[in-house]
Amino acid sequence: MAVITYIQALRDGIREEMHRDERVFIMGEDVGLYGGAFKVTKGLLEEFGEERVRDTPISEAAIAGAAVGSALTGMRPVAEIMFSDFMTIAMDQIVNQAAKIRYMFGGKAKVPMVLRAPQGSGTGAAAQHSQTLVALFTHIPGLKVVMPSTPYDVKGLIKAAIRDDNPVIFMEHKLLYHTKGEVPEEEYIVPLGKADVKREGEDITIIAGSIMVPRALEAAEKLERKGIEVEVIDPRSLVPFDTETIIESVIKTGRVIIAEDDCKNAGWGAEVAAKIVESEAFDYLDAPIKRLAGLDTPIPYNPNLERAVVPQVEDIVKAVEEMLG
Amino acid sequence: MNLTKEKRLEMYSQMLKIRRFEEKVDEFFKANLMWGTCHLCIGEEATAVGAIATLNKDDYITSTHRGHGHCIAKGASLDKMMAELLGKETGYCRGRGGSMHIADVESGNLGANGVVGGGIPIAVGAALSSKMKKDGKVTLCFFGDGASNNGTFHESINLAAVWKLPVVFVVENNLYGMSVPFRKACSAENIADRAKGYSIPGYIVDGNDVEAVFETVNKAVQDARNGKGPSLVECKTYRWKGHSKSDNNVYRTREEIKAWMEKCPIKRYKEKLIAEGIATEEELKQIEDDVEKEIAKAEEFAKNSPEPKVEDVMDGIYA
Repeated sequence: MAVITYIQALRDGIREEMHRDERVFIMGEDVGLYGGAFKVTKGLLEEFGEERVRDTPISEAAIAGAAVGSALTGMRPVAEIMFSDFMTIAMDQIVNQAAKIRYMFGGKAKVPMVLRAPQGSGTGAAAQHSQTLVALFTHIPGLKVVMPSTPYDVKGLIKAAIRDDNPVIFMEHKLLYHTKGEVPEEEYIVPLGKADVKREGEDITIIAGSIMVPRALEAAEKLERKGIEVEVIDPRSLVPFDTETIIESVIKTGRVIIAEDDCKNAGWGAEVAAKIVESEAFDYLDAPIKRLAGLDTPIPYNPNLERAVVPQVEDIVKAVEEMLG
Repeated sequence: MNLTKEKRLEMYSQMLKIRRFEEKVDEFFKANLMWGTCHLCIGEEATAVGAIATLNKDDYITSTHRGHGHCIAKGASLDKMMAELLGKETGYCRGRGGSMHIADVESGNLGANGVVGGGIPIAVGAALSSKMKKDGKVTLCFFGDGASNNGTFHESINLAAVWKLPVVFVVENNLYGMSVPFRKACSAENIADRAKGYSIPGYIVDGNDVEAVFETVNKAVQDARNGKGPSLVECKTYRWKGHSKSDNNVYRTREEIKAWMEKCPIKRYKEKLIAEGIATEEELKQIEDDVEKEIAKAEEFAKNSPEPKVEDVMDGIYA
């Protein structure tokens, strides 16, 4: 297997789908010659031409809306929003149009579009370029929400998202873009709604998404040296959500930490905690569920402050040790 | 312009159908048969009919909250529309959408829209599809004077102009955005003047003259179909009824409403058809009778249709 970066895997996934299905096309700000602000679409203009790799004006509502309209009429747009924060500029098109059209129209229409964007802090880009907004979209019926954490997953999931007949919000993490991992040469798909056990363990379950997955795995390695066996589960998609895999793990370990890099208040971790306590796994809990999430603050600029507002490896280690007492 | 007699009578029939449909809806409301709200387009029939009469059957439209007229002009079944308004399972949206969301994507009606300006970028997307698929279709994008002050108006027209997409923006300027007069909401004298800012053609037309609307929109549609890109057509018109069912019209005078009612697009067209010897009183009477029958049939169908089942309420969220 080749070892490639998250960006390369993501780009390969998009490229394969564009070769497979001529209805698939890309649009967004600077996605053409420039290759996107984070170079995800680099080289695709040369490969597919201007008709299928479209630079847009800085018009997020029109980008999202044109994706809705083209999807509704038979195309399969993959639109890039330069930073996930800017999805808020297109909120009517995402929330009131894309998500609701199928239902409002009595189930007689479909909107197969992907809106992808980088999320998360850690690059010094401050409050308007660093948010993790997945919880907002997870709350909206009609949207699917995906946040891959590895090169393998990002490729398999982007392909599944492009083939899905619903609007999919696809959140990449800026700090994951240059991480490397094994990706098979042969074609594969990672289905939406299937969690992945990233590491098996008997003592405690950490449910982590996006950037928190590598942090949880690093913490697990440190803890292993102290004799603690951590299970790390990545839900991979928040909608649809694989409750089953999580319940199985919680029944096995009896202890849960949910690690997320967005604000704690009404974050997706709260929903996962609720799902656990509403399930048969509740009876197996040996300790209260712990949510390890970002502080309820905008992301600050100063690197020390920025680091302090989202959970880091050492915070996970500490939380596990506290829980295991 | 050489409109055939058949086309002219068809346009007359469509306008009448819209008028009688809306009057029936008004009646339903007053009798408490309808839930929610709705926005009637009585007085604006010529705009919807004249514009849509320029299209091929498989062309696209996007519509607005005041959308019954566009829907009928696009050839919708009155049965299914009426059933939708009564929230029935047999309605276009199986009772999930109601007045503001009637759509029939298969026939090219990409839907009414509950958000002012919400449909404009969607129309651009449909036109982008047509350009990429080279299917030769044109999208007519309807919106009101209110929507022309929304950001989507600017973003969408600019994008369509940059990409030379086959879309025609038809703004129905009925002089009020709910209660606020056009003059207080729009800094331009005419909405069509804004076309200059996008280097696209802008036209102003008497929105109560169905053939004038046809002629102007037809030129814009032909240009769009021939790869010349979008145009903006402003139809000056007026809604006779309030913004929605709860509106008591405090912001305009009876005299103003009356003056516009005298410019009734249907009465005007009837007089023209007779005066120019295109149709006889009898022929038009026959059309009126046929419309009555169709409305009565739709009412019957809607009232006798089943309610959607509560256990099916989660249907259609995801494909």
